[in-house]
Amino acid sequence: MNKFLLPLTIFGIMLGFLAVGLTLNPREIPSPLVGKAAPVFSLPQLHEQDKVFSPDDMKGQVWLLNFWASWCSGCRTEHPVLMDLANSGLVPIYGVDYKDQRGEALAWLDEWGNPYPIVAVDAAGRVGIDYGVYGVPETYVIDKQGLIRYKQIGPLDDETVEKKILPLVKELQAK
Amino acid sequence: MIPEIGHYALILALCVALVQGILPIYGAAVGNSSLMSVAAPAARSLFFLVLIAFGCLAYAFAEKDFSVLYVAATSNSQLPLHYRLAAIWGAHEGSLLLWTFILTIWMFAVTLFSSHLPETMRSRILGVMGLVSVGFLLFMLSVSNPFERLIPAAAEGRDLNPLLQDPGMVLHPPMLYMGYVGFSVAFAFALAALLGGNLDAAWARWSRPWTTVAWCFLTVGIALGSWWAYYELGWGGWWFWDPVENASFMPWLAGTALIHSLAVTDKRGGFKVWTVLLAIMAFSLSLLGTFLVRSGVLTSVHAFATDPKRGMFILAFLAVVIGGSLVLYAWRAPRVGLGGGFATVSREGLLLANNVLLVTAAASVLLGTLYPLFMDALDLGKISVGPPYFDSVFAPLITPALFLMGIGPLAQWKKASLPDLGKRLRWAFGVSIVTALVLPIVLGEWTPLLSLGILLAVWIFATAVVSVRERIAHGDGGSVVARLAGVPRAYWGMLLAHCGIAVFVVGVTMVKGFETEKDVRMNVGETATIGDYTFRFDGVRDVMGPNYVAAQGAFHVSRDGREAAVLHPEKRRYTATNQIMTEAAIDTGLVRDLYVSLGEPLDDGAWSVRLYHKPFVDWIWGGCLIMALGGVLAVSDRRYRLSWRREPQTVPVGAQLAGRQMA
Repeated sequence: MNKFLLPLTIFGIMLGFLAVGLTLNPREIPSPLVGKAAPVFSLPQLHEQDKVFSPDDMKGQVWLLNFWASWCSGCRTEHPVLMDLANSGLVPIYGVDYKDQRGEALAWLDEWGNPYPIVAVDAAGRVGIDYGVYGVPETYVIDKQGLIRYKQIGPLDDETVEKKILPLVKELQAK
Repeated sequence: MIPEIGHYALILALCVALVQGILPIYGAAVGNSSLMSVAAPAARSLFFLVLIAFGCLAYAFAEKDFSVLYVAATSNSQLPLHYRLAAIWGAHEGSLLLWTFILTIWMFAVTLFSSHLPETMRSRILGVMGLVSVGFLLFMLSVSNPFERLIPAAAEGRDLNPLLQDPGMVLHPPMLYMGYVGFSVAFAFALAALLGGNLDAAWARWSRPWTTVAWCFLTVGIALGSWWAYYELGWGGWWFWDPVENASFMPWLAGTALIHSLAVTDKRGGFKVWTVLLAIMAFSLSLLGTFLVRSGVLTSVHAFATDPKRGMFILAFLAVVIGGSLVLYAWRAPRVGLGGGFATVSREGLLLANNVLLVTAAASVLLGTLYPLFMDALDLGKISVGPPYFDSVFAPLITPALFLMGIGPLAQWKKASLPDLGKRLRWAFGVSIVTALVLPIVLGEWTPLLSLGILLAVWIFATAVVSVRERIAHGDGGSVVARLAGVPRAYWGMLLAHCGIAVFVVGVTMVKGFETEKDVRMNVGETATIGDYTFRFDGVRDVMGPNYVAAQGAFHVSRDGREAAVLHPEKRRYTATNQIMTEAAIDTGLVRDLYVSLGEPLDDGAWSVRLYHKPFVDWIWGGCLIMALGGVLAVSDRRYRLSWRREPQTVPVGAQLAGRQMA
């Protein structure tokens, strides 16, 4: 081959990869937890501090576990999507308020609306470590047996909810 | 109103850039001098239009105009003025505006210092730069408009990322971009030469100062970024092989190779094709760096912008600019012909070897940076490539390059004799070997890497001394002083830049070999010792900054009972974003840094604290500054000043060219 064409060829190949790379999501990291049992915890609730919340309470249901915080801007982006999903009644969303201050978390929910039947408080972020939380928001789909079926890193959007979350939830509910 | 003026200025700038990109190049092709004469005035008006746009954005920031989306997103009313202005390049849109602005600054400089160039050459150069600016202006106006309005206006801005609220970050991007974009001049020179088919020594001589200046900026820019990471990120590292760091390092490697290759083309007429390719590569890697950072194609702490539309635009732009120039290269370069022949052992041969090593190093960095992307694209899994890869690939490539660096300046052009070189360099070699073997033992620890680093650093210094001594011995004129004065500045610049590398190598070697760190829990009044230094923790107090509140610790450092320093590391909470930042405290010294950063508060007033003792760490950035100074010295050489001052009227262009070609 003509050696003067070599740089162009190499560049062409690289360009192809970059084009494919653009369609991929570098944040989509497969979680080793998918297919495994959701780590057990027992955390105080945000609204009724003397009560606790545990994933064991949810056995027999398909549900979403959403890590959020009042200081997190991605949670604000995601919030309307969660509100719509909660209002649709298709699947319950339980929240974990992650490394947050109680007062600020309550004010945040008052201001923007509360999609969660129960919010658990993980002030120290210990449960976050068990779940391998990279950063908030993160959302887990958990099935009737308490197995994690899907993990969303970063904000949920309508498309992900429509195309991934809801079909998966329906499939799991039918089982 | 003001933001609209800025927006309008950008639209006008796009029109001017189109004119500048099309008419002069066409004029040069058909030999129409009135079309070619459009280039310089167009480039100057482009500069002023982008300057207006830049000024408008600066005004919006200064006036806290939160009805401009970009201003609202990256600043806050509590943010001090200097950081509000630095926030112009705090995120995607403004960074692009800065990029374009700097491109037009370089264009303006070309119009000022190009009166000695043939008109066709000059109009092609400005035309190519105009076309590059078309791409960036289109990008801003289509998907990244910094003047986009936010109606209704935000009551308060979201604030600049606290990581960026720092003097190092104020200077780092402009310096880096001056370097990145500066390579566009060498790129434009190369394309102009390919278009015109006149790749001669004169072309190389004209390109050299531009390339060197851009390289100096890039060197300083990278050093600033590394220094910033060192003191701002709070864990004492200075280079992480992060994709974005790599994005700035690859053009630096290619640019370094280009500088050396241009020297051969200038002095010996050789390496022409190779030099052109390097000029294209240096700028292409700069553009690729912009793509990697701005498209979010790789996850990285730096990727503030993640938007596929933008990614597609930059990708298409890369395809046109890099692909187009490589097509031109494949088409025109075969006709250029080779320069004069040379033996394997000769200055050309050594420079070629150095070049190959530098380019291979750049390629290995590129491979490591893109490898995770390749694997992901081929669906082979998610992996990440970390420092172990880069360390193990980079060091073996750079070690021989550093060794050759000592010999290159001493070898004759065309053909050098190996026995003769051996004779001239034997004491330099002896001194290096002995120092490398003995010094680590004296310092208390002998490891192969420590020894290797010292060997290379001493080798570079020692060969520099040999080179100066020979210069003086063989120079013309009577006294030593007169002979020293007769040595051109370009030579001193080269030597100084090489010594900068040696200083850098000393820094890296000593830090890697002797740094100590300690993570400790400290109660008020407790002490911890690293090396010879004892740190006493005197508690924390609350301090208020302009837009943050901080817990400020006090540490008294003593050595042999005498107080060495008082350090005040901070843990800041920026109120607008509620982000926590660690502000390390550093006592800087010529041969060591003491570094304290506050971890987390523990019970009853105790804190987790991280302490470092870093010997010679400042030599890393000092070495970079010395390299850049060497570049500045080289550019100030008489031969360049003469060629800039020469009026075009005194010597007709044709005669000038013919004279150069004969010489």
